[in-house]
Amino acid sequence: MTQHASPPRDNTGKVPSVGQPTAWRGLFVRADVRTLSLLGVLAALIVIGGITKPDEFLDTRNLQLVLTQASVIGVVTVGMTLVITSGGIDLSVGAIVALASVWATTVATQEYGFAGILFTAVIVGVGCGLVNGLLIAYGGMVPFIATLAMLASARGLALQITDGKTQIVTVDGILDLGERDAYVLGIPPLVLVFAVVTIIGWLVLNRTTFGRRTVAVGGNAEAARLAGIDVRRQRLYLYLLSGLCCGIAAFLLIVLSGSGQNTNGNLYELDAIAAAIIGGTLLSGGRGTITGSVLGVLIFTTITNIFALNNLQSDVQQIAKGAIIVAAVLVQRRTANTTT
Amino acid sequence: MAPEPPLLTMSGITKSFPGVRALDGVDLDVQAGEVHCLLGQNGAGKSTLIKVLAGAHQPDDGRLTWRGEPVVLKSPIAAMRLGIATIYQELDLVEGLSVAENVHLGHEPTAAGFVVRGKAAKESTAALLKRLGHPEIDPARLVGDLSAAQQQIVSMARALSHEVRLIVMDEPSAALDPDEVDNLFRIVGDLTAAGVAVVYISHRLEEIRRIGDRVTVLKDGRAVAGGLPAKSTPTREVVALMTGRNVEYVFPDRPPATPAESTPILQVRGLARDGEFEPLDLEVRPGEIVGLAGLVGSGRSEILETIYGARKPTAGQVLVDGRPLRLGSVRAAVRAGLGLAPEERKAQALLMLESVTRNVSVSSMSRFSRGGWIDRRAELGAARAATRELSLRPDNPSVPVRTLSGGNQQKVVLARWLLRGCRVLLLDEPTRGVDVGARAELYAVVRRLADEGLAVLLVSSEVPEVLGLADRVLVLREGSVVHTAPARELDEHRVLDLVMEGSPAS
Repeated sequence: MTQHASPPRDNTGKVPSVGQPTAWRGLFVRADVRTLSLLGVLAALIVIGGITKPDEFLDTRNLQLVLTQASVIGVVTVGMTLVITSGGIDLSVGAIVALASVWATTVATQEYGFAGILFTAVIVGVGCGLVNGLLIAYGGMVPFIATLAMLASARGLALQITDGKTQIVTVDGILDLGERDAYVLGIPPLVLVFAVVTIIGWLVLNRTTFGRRTVAVGGNAEAARLAGIDVRRQRLYLYLLSGLCCGIAAFLLIVLSGSGQNTNGNLYELDAIAAAIIGGTLLSGGRGTITGSVLGVLIFTTITNIFALNNLQSDVQQIAKGAIIVAAVLVQRRTANTTT
Repeated sequence: MAPEPPLLTMSGITKSFPGVRALDGVDLDVQAGEVHCLLGQNGAGKSTLIKVLAGAHQPDDGRLTWRGEPVVLKSPIAAMRLGIATIYQELDLVEGLSVAENVHLGHEPTAAGFVVRGKAAKESTAALLKRLGHPEIDPARLVGDLSAAQQQIVSMARALSHEVRLIVMDEPSAALDPDEVDNLFRIVGDLTAAGVAVVYISHRLEEIRRIGDRVTVLKDGRAVAGGLPAKSTPTREVVALMTGRNVEYVFPDRPPATPAESTPILQVRGLARDGEFEPLDLEVRPGEIVGLAGLVGSGRSEILETIYGARKPTAGQVLVDGRPLRLGSVRAAVRAGLGLAPEERKAQALLMLESVTRNVSVSSMSRFSRGGWIDRRAELGAARAATRELSLRPDNPSVPVRTLSGGNQQKVVLARWLLRGCRVLLLDEPTRGVDVGARAELYAVVRRLADEGLAVLLVSSEVPEVLGLADRVLVLREGSVVHTAPARELDEHRVLDLVMEGSPAS
């Protein structure tokens, strides 16, 4: 999917000619520079993977694996992107994923089968998001602090529930979803969920009043308030949405691993923030791109995969990730400077 | 002895930004000890020129000479070393640091190269403040606790803490009351008497007449007139140079008096906020423009923001069409048909990263959406219609709002409320930062909106603006209304007398 950049978000900073924004006009034509450069990086990575490990990397199973791994963090990143666009931050996403995944896989929950697990994961996610949202929007807490507190408590609660043990899932329906038989036209169901969440996220941000309000609150909260927008309610909804995404991600993780663990979702907050930032979402709010975030996630996941195939340890992966974040932000600043 | 070379000569200064030629061969010469005024509409290139002078922008072409020697100002520090100080319009002070720390920021007096000698800093700061006529400012106070006028003094003290030969002041009087402006002029006089040159930027022609020696007028990135005598050049000539046309009638004609028996749309009864303004009654009828005149700090902006629900009153009522408004709720006010064009456009009204369209539609999104889904074609069409009605330039609602001039940004805010179908317009300093030519146009727009049946409540610190535009004027002093009269029965002196009367002579 390609970003249909509206004029003010046009990252090139150039003023586009007057145009009728027909719904799909230029969806593939008017890709902005940043999206194209992200696609370029991804293409380069695929070439590198293809050269270093031609047989293994380009194998269908491996590509399916890469996409599946991207799905869990990808769903979290979509919610994170909306929160960051509104000028906020959600540090608790990884912990919420962990809590939702273990709560949904307790022996008691598993008795309710597939629906029970799905329902619990989503409700726990939304519940945590609700607490975050209430504290931030109506309690006047700084998002950084409120979600940091949620990070600590949700992780703690997850540990308490599991007592540090892995909770194996025995519900057949769940396990079947991860099997090859469940693939639709060769696409794993988890990836389909990711795709649907991405499309919905993109539509919400770019085509709805909710998205507009999100951008307005992030761009200038005071102006949004004086324009008659209910800034607090908007903030509440955004953290709820982020929590919902975490709940969905937790369910995907349960399907993927066939278990629930309190160590799940470790450092997801950093991966999601990093993906959003290299995608082009402004950390200060007011500008966000779902397309960029998803490309950011795919770039990170592909790097991890290539490194693993080439037997490079995770320490090297971490260094590479850090370097990519720095490089991406530097390139973006450069583009911004030359065009303003 | 040969005549002294000018302190500063800029010749053929050119600076382009992508898509814009901000400066197109500007010449400027400044003599030691003179006040050289820089005039021009917004976008004429004044800001870019002073940034070049401050070393913040590098010119693409052109030469600078300083005391007869060619120089290149590579950075703000290089400019400062030569003795060029700039006081920007947006104050660049650190609110969390003390007055003394701000004054010496970047060049703290130190012992052994790194230990800050706080006492020495405070003493020299106190001396500077005394020289500036404000010995009452304590060097140890936090800058964030000071009033805007005091912050301006601190900013000036910072400029003077360097060895300075040229001071650039960008609209220094914009945030000041008349007596503070007098103090500013005294400071400027002292500086020039000591041989310091001042480059003074202001929209207010009468100030330039009072303190200026020479005037350079910029238009579209060129100096259309350089070194005119500030005191004797006719106003009409200056305005003609700035706008390229003669502006004779700035204010639109008033309609015949609005019938007093027509029902007011907006009624304010006993509205008060402790410590800000006393119980206030006022009414605005459809088609009427009511002006609030008063000094900075007289509670004008607070009154507007309280009526609008952005502040919660401690007493009183606001009625729209006779129905009381839920107080302290902006959303209730907007729903009832109120619209506010706030004092700080960029901070309080505009989404600077967004297009004109999105800035205009932000308060009426429900009109272009079904189930939260935005019909962007309808949105663009409506935004285009609203901005055309106000003749927004450029006539393209897709451009980013940050590329517009101040006057056009204000029109975007008005278009927002026009589109919303607002019936009561609250205007807080509607022409701040708007140049002379665009002002006349804004006045005409406001009058036309009133003629179409809107009720307008106007706040301005410029008395002629209130008198020229409003039908009825309420004069405020220290949070209370001291006089109400039709605008045509008042003149500027009478209003100034009223607002000053009995106020402490500080």
